[in-house]
Amino acid sequence: MRLLRSLRYVAVGAFFGLVLTKAEVVTWHKIRSMFFFQEPDLFLIIGSAVVTGGLLVWLVKRLRPRTPFGEPVVVPDKPMHKGVFYGGFLFGVGWFITGTCPGPIYAQLGGGEFFAVFTLIGAVAGVYAFAAVKPRLPD
Amino acid sequence: MSLLLNPWPWWLAGPLIGLSVGLLLVFGGRPLGVSSSFRHLCTLAFPKSRLPYLAHNNVREHAWTLLFVLGIALGAFIAVRFLSVKPVEFLPAHYHSVSGALKLLAGGFLIGFGTRWARGCTSGHAIMGLANLQKPSLYAVLSFFAGGLVAAGVAIVLHGGLS
Repeated sequence: MRLLRSLRYVAVGAFFGLVLTKAEVVTWHKIRSMFFFQEPDLFLIIGSAVVTGGLLVWLVKRLRPRTPFGEPVVVPDKPMHKGVFYGGFLFGVGWFITGTCPGPIYAQLGGGEFFAVFTLIGAVAGVYAFAAVKPRLPD
Repeated sequence: MSLLLNPWPWWLAGPLIGLSVGLLLVFGGRPLGVSSSFRHLCTLAFPKSRLPYLAHNNVREHAWTLLFVLGIALGAFIAVRFLSVKPVEFLPAHYHSVSGALKLLAGGFLIGFGTRWARGCTSGHAIMGLANLQKPSLYAVLSFFAGGLVAAGVAIVLHGGLS
């Protein structure tokens, strides 16, 4: 039971990772093509993902299901704060440079792109730096 | 079958990414998000750190995030190993170099710093947040693109091209 409780996250993650990889949104080339407006794919992928996800979130909020383990399903709100602007901008720059966003870092590692180790080390170092200066940053 | 073995078209991949949101909610009870995993990895990497952001972080409680990203790696492995006819080119050849590694480190740094400041990434804000009609997520996504487009502009000026 405990094992199943954990395995479900690995399973859904595997589904997500498989789709991300087959969509090729895990490739540097695809991300560059988006930022240089060379192909509409990524905009269409994100757009259709949001519409589908939005429909499911709406259903979940209406039907209030419980998980197979009886836990309530919560859909929390995202708080408004200044970091969405500042942090969002910085992330955007990093997204362009690496051609990779957080999910795809793990997909690249699993898919055999071992240079993604550098992206991951950089990200963990970035969190450490954020933790160190957080008290002095606008929220 | 050849449809599945080739790169998937947007109209198949997009809705399936959206479906992941529903699967994670219904089976896991959790909202989609990936970048919080960096914080947990950082806490694990620096267990003695006194920085509140790392020390006051209960990794056990958020262990699901680490299981989820492990799954992402596994799914990518399956996609590459069993569901592809052509190898997936994750990073271009010129990134497999010292300068490429430095770029990935620097860009990765901005990804870690930025996503934690923004409290979300493409998964948590662009997909989950927008699907949940969250205004902060809309601002976050606009900021992601602002950052990426400014970087694209700088790259064009510096390299005179799109590399």
